[in-house]
Amino acid sequence: MNALDFVLWIALPYAGMAVFIVGHIWRYRYDKFGWTSRSSEVYETRLLRLGSPMFHFGILMVLAGHVVGLLIPREWLYFIGIDEHMYHWGATVLGTAAAAMLVAGLAILIFRRRTNGPVFLATTVMDKIMYVFLSLTIVIGTAATVAHQIIGGGYNYRETISPWVRSILLFQPDPALMIDAPLLFQLHALSATLLFILWPFTRLVHVFSAPVGYLFRPYIVYRSRDEHRGSRSVRRGWEGSNLPEKTPGQKRF
Amino acid sequence: MRVMAQMSMVMNIDKCIGCHTCSVTCKQAWTNRTGVEYVWFNNVETKPGVGYPREYEDQEKWGGGWVRTKRGRLKLRSGGRIQKLASIFYNPKLPEIEDYYEPWTYDYDMLLNAPAGEHTPVARPKSLLTGDDMKIGWSANWDDDLGGSTETVQNDPILKHMSDHVAMEFEQSFMFYLPRICEHCLNPSCVASCPSGAMYKRSEDGIVLVDQDQCRGWRMCVSGCPYKKVYFNHKTGKAEKCTLCYPRLEVGLPTVCSETCVGRLRYLGLVLYDADRVLEAASVEDEKDLLEAQRNIILDPHDPAVIEAARAEDIPEDWIEAAQSSPIYKLINEYRVALPLHPEYRTMPMVWYIPPLSPVVDVVASSGNDGEDVRNLFAAIDQLRIPMEYLAGLFSAGDLGPVTESLQKLAAMRSYMRGINLDEGRDESIAEAVGMTGTEMEAMYRLLAIAKYEERYVIPQAHSEQARELDELACSLDYDGGPGMGGAGPFGLSSGHGPEPVAVENFHVLKDRQTADRPSTPGRMNLLNWDGNGRPTGMFPPDKQKDES
Repeated sequence: MNALDFVLWIALPYAGMAVFIVGHIWRYRYDKFGWTSRSSEVYETRLLRLGSPMFHFGILMVLAGHVVGLLIPREWLYFIGIDEHMYHWGATVLGTAAAAMLVAGLAILIFRRRTNGPVFLATTVMDKIMYVFLSLTIVIGTAATVAHQIIGGGYNYRETISPWVRSILLFQPDPALMIDAPLLFQLHALSATLLFILWPFTRLVHVFSAPVGYLFRPYIVYRSRDEHRGSRSVRRGWEGSNLPEKTPGQKRF
Repeated sequence: MRVMAQMSMVMNIDKCIGCHTCSVTCKQAWTNRTGVEYVWFNNVETKPGVGYPREYEDQEKWGGGWVRTKRGRLKLRSGGRIQKLASIFYNPKLPEIEDYYEPWTYDYDMLLNAPAGEHTPVARPKSLLTGDDMKIGWSANWDDDLGGSTETVQNDPILKHMSDHVAMEFEQSFMFYLPRICEHCLNPSCVASCPSGAMYKRSEDGIVLVDQDQCRGWRMCVSGCPYKKVYFNHKTGKAEKCTLCYPRLEVGLPTVCSETCVGRLRYLGLVLYDADRVLEAASVEDEKDLLEAQRNIILDPHDPAVIEAARAEDIPEDWIEAAQSSPIYKLINEYRVALPLHPEYRTMPMVWYIPPLSPVVDVVASSGNDGEDVRNLFAAIDQLRIPMEYLAGLFSAGDLGPVTESLQKLAAMRSYMRGINLDEGRDESIAEAVGMTGTEMEAMYRLLAIAKYEERYVIPQAHSEQARELDELACSLDYDGGPGMGGAGPFGLSSGHGPEPVAVENFHVLKDRQTADRPSTPGRMNLLNWDGNGRPTGMFPPDKQKDES
């Protein structure tokens, strides 16, 4: 293992993880106002109607595939009766279908973004950088699947890449696992790491706002004026000195 | 009984002259920003007409408001929670900006800087969305005063519900203006549609607001609101709406639209309502019963039981008094002349309208008869079937009864007061004909015709014990050299122009946004909070000239 391998398969992933986590905390604390999907639906709906659901449902399927393929050890799957053949067949068929939907959706969305005047004008520099890395990651990932799983004989990433990902997450990094992985898989992992580094500073943060709570809250929300009076609550230990409270329960600064 | 207070408005559209002053002042105060160029929190529509956004009343198309299911439960018209989340990547019911209108400006610079030439330079219209030249084809009030309405009026959703051939015939005889703001509903479908839970109803005064820090731009509120009064800021990616000028209300000032209304036709005040019965009232089976159901949950503020229950809910004494002297309760439940806009949406709207009598008077007068004689007016109200049906389509889910009752009362008042003015004496029979007494009639006349500022706007201030933190007082300390003026102090950098003295409408909003964090070291600033205006300390090298002087 040389220095480059160390940088690529240990240093970079951990740097990415740190930036991803700290970046999100920082962004949430300092820029709640900017935390949005910044939808462009009001500008154009015809292409979005096709592209957006294709892209989003596609990427959700891809995400599920990655969780099963990378995070779950294959012995666990053997245990519930999913053997190597079954896994490979399922992953290739479902993965290819998801990738086809995802890539088609992405293509529609990029075409729309570039050709529709208002949508293009509403695209920031950060959006463009993010699009480069997002597309790169998706395209390389799809290429790897096509080249190795469909055309090639099938690369068993569950022996190398998956344990490497888990080794990183468990803080027992084993870079040797990645050294012999095919180039396309290596590039896919690298561009994904770079995407994770960019993530907190782009509109991708909206992923973490998936409104699951909507299913469980009452329809009508009431809030008291007092809760957000003033700019924000005073931090503990920094309250100004004031007359003692007279009416119980009455908030004072 | 769970008593809650609701700040509400009544507009007497009999007096609206369609001058758009409310819209313009509201726009200047609230939506003169990038991203909301196309947004009018207050707009004035000519009726009949398609409205703003175009044909917003067509809920078959836009899916706003609630519907009653067969089992008697309320359901969002555009689908329940799961359906909403499933369509989160593409909202099929969202209006495009084109449905409002493409905002534009003019190339004014050309007027000043065009080289000398044979022709007068022109300022071309430029789209604010693309920056390109554009042909202006629609706006928020394109069919104002029925202008060009031969082309569009047949698309008016209410007329569509009536018979097909009436449109043209109708618009030749009947026209009025409808100023619209957010209805601050008791059962708001926008709040119910918000996946993030960022929209809420303030429990003190019922104002419906969007938490800008919590909104994630899913846009379900825009389609959820049947009045299309929640808008999408296309620059910030967040929803925005009429705030009922809450920073002004909190210090006892009326909303900007009310304050600047030339016809003085707006009334503001509190009502007390029974929050426990809202859902039940909004779910009554027959749409035509919705109006009466809503009237029933608005409680009599003089009833000792209501006062007791209000106290139990910690509604302050001065707020109860304000509810008692509120013009809104009188217009809605005592005189029963005010009606809600589209009660059939089942959102329990709280901006009500007194329907217009003037077009009826005009019809009578133009036929050569006495337009202020009560018998002529009653006859006209009976005969003008199509206009009455139209008004009923707006204000009472198609039920002619309430519209007729309201217009008859206005007609009787007109006639009764003329008798007094011409020294013909008080004709009690006129008042009795509409189930009122002469004294009531005169009181109603006073409220509708000559009510002064304090009678039209009965706005209790937020508690004095909390007032310290409200705009006026907080700001008054913030002048240059004032105790609150700490440069990059706890209030962050205001937009670079220093604080305004009174009634800074967006003060809370600005402050919220700009004080996301306090600068860690005095003299340094958080770049993220700087909006590009002004000269924050520590940002630029010191101004030499200023230092020398």
